Amino acid sequence: MSFGPFLLLALMEGMVTSAVLALAAVGLSLVFGIMRVVNVAHGEFFMLGAVSAWFVSQWVPGPPAVAFAAALILCPLFVGAIAALADMVVLKRLNYEPEATIVATIGLLYILQQAALSFYGPDARPVPAPFNFRVQLPWFGYSGYKIAVVAASALVLLGVWRLLAKSRVGLIMRATQYDRETARAFGINVDRVYAGVFALGGGLAALAAVLIVPIQQAHYLMGTDPLLLSFIVVIIGGLGSLRGTVIAALLIGLSDGVISTFFAPTLAKIVATLLVALVLVFRPQGLFGRRAL
Amino acid sequence: MTSRLIGKTPNRRSVIKGMAAGAGALALPSFFPGYSQAQSSEPIRLGFQLHRTGIGASYGRWYERTATAALNVLNEAGGINGRPVEILFEDDGTDPARGAEVFGKLATQSNCDVVFGALFSHVVVGTAPRAAELKVPYLVCSEGHHVASGMLNRWTLQPGITDVKSQVQSMAPWVTSTLGKKITMVFPDYAFGHDHRDFFTAAVAAQGGEVIKHIAIPPTETSFTRYFPQIPAETEVLYHVMVGPAVLTFVKELGEFYGSGTRPEIFGFIDSLEAVDIASPGLEFLEGTHFWEGHPRYKQADASEAEVFYRTAIGVDDNGASVTDPADVATYAHMFSAWETLFVIKAGMEASGYQGPADRQKLVEAIEAMTDFAEGNDHPQGAKTFNGKTHQAFGHQSISQVQGGKLIRVHQTSLEDGYYPDEVDYTSQSF
Amino acid sequence: MTLSTRIWALHLAVLAALLAGSVLLPAYHQTNVAKVMVLATYAMGYNIAFGYTGLLSLGHALFFGAGLYGAGLLVQHAGLPAGPALLAGILAGGAMAAAVGLLALRTQGVAFMIVTLMFAQAGYLTILYNTAWTRGEEGIVIAREARMLFGHDLSADLPRYLAAFALFAAGLVVKLWLVRSPTGRVMIALRENEERSRMLGYDPYARKLAALVISGLYAGAAGAAYGLLFGYVGASLASTQYSILPLLWVLLGGAGTVLGPLVGALSMFYLIDYSSAFTTASLLVVGVALVLLVLFAPRGILGTIRERWLKWLP
Repeated sequence: MSFGPFLLLALMEGMVTSAVLALAAVGLSLVFGIMRVVNVAHGEFFMLGAVSAWFVSQWVPGPPAVAFAAALILCPLFVGAIAALADMVVLKRLNYEPEATIVATIGLLYILQQAALSFYGPDARPVPAPFNFRVQLPWFGYSGYKIAVVAASALVLLGVWRLLAKSRVGLIMRATQYDRETARAFGINVDRVYAGVFALGGGLAALAAVLIVPIQQAHYLMGTDPLLLSFIVVIIGGLGSLRGTVIAALLIGLSDGVISTFFAPTLAKIVATLLVALVLVFRPQGLFGRRAL
Repeated sequence: MTSRLIGKTPNRRSVIKGMAAGAGALALPSFFPGYSQAQSSEPIRLGFQLHRTGIGASYGRWYERTATAALNVLNEAGGINGRPVEILFEDDGTDPARGAEVFGKLATQSNCDVVFGALFSHVVVGTAPRAAELKVPYLVCSEGHHVASGMLNRWTLQPGITDVKSQVQSMAPWVTSTLGKKITMVFPDYAFGHDHRDFFTAAVAAQGGEVIKHIAIPPTETSFTRYFPQIPAETEVLYHVMVGPAVLTFVKELGEFYGSGTRPEIFGFIDSLEAVDIASPGLEFLEGTHFWEGHPRYKQADASEAEVFYRTAIGVDDNGASVTDPADVATYAHMFSAWETLFVIKAGMEASGYQGPADRQKLVEAIEAMTDFAEGNDHPQGAKTFNGKTHQAFGHQSISQVQGGKLIRVHQTSLEDGYYPDEVDYTSQSF
Repeated sequence: MTLSTRIWALHLAVLAALLAGSVLLPAYHQTNVAKVMVLATYAMGYNIAFGYTGLLSLGHALFFGAGLYGAGLLVQHAGLPAGPALLAGILAGGAMAAAVGLLALRTQGVAFMIVTLMFAQAGYLTILYNTAWTRGEEGIVIAREARMLFGHDLSADLPRYLAAFALFAAGLVVKLWLVRSPTGRVMIALRENEERSRMLGYDPYARKLAALVISGLYAGAAGAAYGLLFGYVGASLASTQYSILPLLWVLLGGAGTVLGPLVGALSMFYLIDYSSAFTTASLLVVGVALVLLVLFAPRGILGTIRERWLKWLP
């Protein structure tokens, strides 16, 4: 393949990676930004979303698009409920201490993985995309659904941004983020806000998974990689900065797509990983954060 | 950063206050409630290192079913040397460190006579030193080249499945003569993939063909499309092998990439689709492509009686899925090794007059003395030869083509296709 | 009995009990405890950084891996005897910690976690990238003939146990001395209030770097010993999982306690080992144990004991 189409494909793949990253990271960013909680189980919420999407696709009859639409609604609700439960039963009682929540969410990670292994099994299973068309370019074919994922992730991000910036719920969340005690003094039920934010974070992870699972597969160990990547995106973007998260996802997705197209892939991964570390070393607040973490 | 999780290091005042309370609290808790050392000595106990969790879990589940089915057949036929046999399954998490621990547990705690069953190479390599230390026979079902390469030891044998070097070497003549001579390889960038790369590249060169491009994919990768443009346009055959949860993504993206356009012949190792239904959405493009299979997943028209017997015993239907759940596809190309290894243990124990753990060395020597296994209920995958010096079995390999959504065997290699010069003589090593 | 005597008496009693294990323990548990002592040495190193100095690293697998491969590759490819290889492994762990620390210590908190995680991930990928030497995820077996230390066969149960014990004992004594020394006090002060210790004239950066290097030396020693004692060197031992494990062991046993890492590593090992006897859902057992621990004994086993009863426990 000649250079031009090659680069085009790399860029398209990079856009898809960016979309996936941004989708997976936005929930984590929210939880991290508002609650200051490092949720190690975030990737497992993602996994649960994908796995439950598979169950929905088995139960709902009719064309794949119907099951897909059902999954888009049911899976985030289901996972959000689990997240809210985890918040109320465990995290709240830990007073959201950083180290304590890390350990608790590692515990949660194991519990969720085992639940998936026991009830869903060890196999990777495909979930059908709502529609199947291939964009046939002169040089190569490309999945139409992947392009739809890019568009959908833009919509989701826009929605989250509107929720935070323009709605009353968002105002309450931002107030709680800004100063928990003062928010409480103004009659905001901080406990409920936290449970809600954690549920929203989990639900967003599940929503991301439902969108992404047709181009990957549902598997009980699939949560690890999104977790690691989401973390990187959130930190590089800057704590709690939605804009930063999006730009970091674009930066990492595109550079990963392009670098590993032209160099030995494993070497490219090493270089990219070191670059992320060095960005943080010299700019600990991330690219768009206002203060150090 | 002060944390709730880090206790305050005591200052002097609190220390003195607490001293009285602490007196006498020095006793260590007992961590070792005694295991009952059951020594009824009647049944022969075999340990099974099982990938129940971790990345090998898809395989582990079927290995457990296969070994259990084989055990039932074995016991119904009177066991070994007139004694009943039992298998103790222990989860190794598909982890080499835990694998060695599990081996020790099975061998010393549960008093197993022999341990077998491991598939993933890193578990085998991590466990083998322990087998030699404990002097307990370790029969692996892994298809890795680690045994025959001489890297392991006298106590580790692979009598149930052909190693990867032999597999790829025996494929090469057919691939180069039937599909094409200019080959591009796509493989995971670690030891398993490198074995494919090195052995297949050499075997192809020996046939007058050429591997024109190696594409090594990092094992952490979950998306593959961007690697496909590296496949040179003049490629006649695309050779792919992948393992892990992302394999299905790999195959689907390959299909999207080529689409309806022209494409090279595609030859893959079934590892890329083990435990996955060939009829999955997005895999339609595989129609007409070829796969290596260690053991044909779909029941072939000329299936032997032993093959039918084996399928029925485990509960696998004609399409290679569970008879109770057609969506539950078996790891059919590999799992016969658990079955056949059990019957090699039986043959070895009977040949050596095995009585108990004191005869473990005699058992290894008896297996080393074996030269061939006849096709039959004990060896449903087919006849094999066994090289006692390299501790490695050599069997027939199948090349199947996807026809009408099923894998139909179009070629079977001869045993001789897979032979290569010995790289080790374990029989010259001490026990 | 003075405080110092009491503290030393306790720790020497623990060491004596472990030493007695060399003859009292049944074969299976002897190997297990030998492994636990090596891993506890790793965890003690982690505790020096995390429990005493407050550096929550998620990249210690890099230091453990440096020791493991530093020793393993030299034995395998250069034919180095076990003794020098062990030393090389220790130094590799320390040097890696110094290199990482110089950069990573410019950050704090979550950024420090991520930076160390990234460095460790790069190290792990480097091992895979050099599969020609390391055999990647499959790993390499250290030949039995090479596993000889001062004429003792480390692949035999008793010498292996004693070697692991010697490593652990040396680590424990040094650590106990360290945390009770003025240097150790400064480390704790840094953990509690960095600004205040800076105003008192201590250089936090240099002190933290020193703590991290000591931590890396421990991790390197444990990694090198692991390869030589158990005969296997593989990439999974340098993966992210091995960065998280010492954190769990330390938290389970009690962060900022000298014996906590041993208690944590031992309990975790037997929790997994015994759970397989009554359930196949081993991950669930570990997960539930962690959640319960953090809810009801957040300072870990020894941390809770210290809080309730033994206030003098270092």
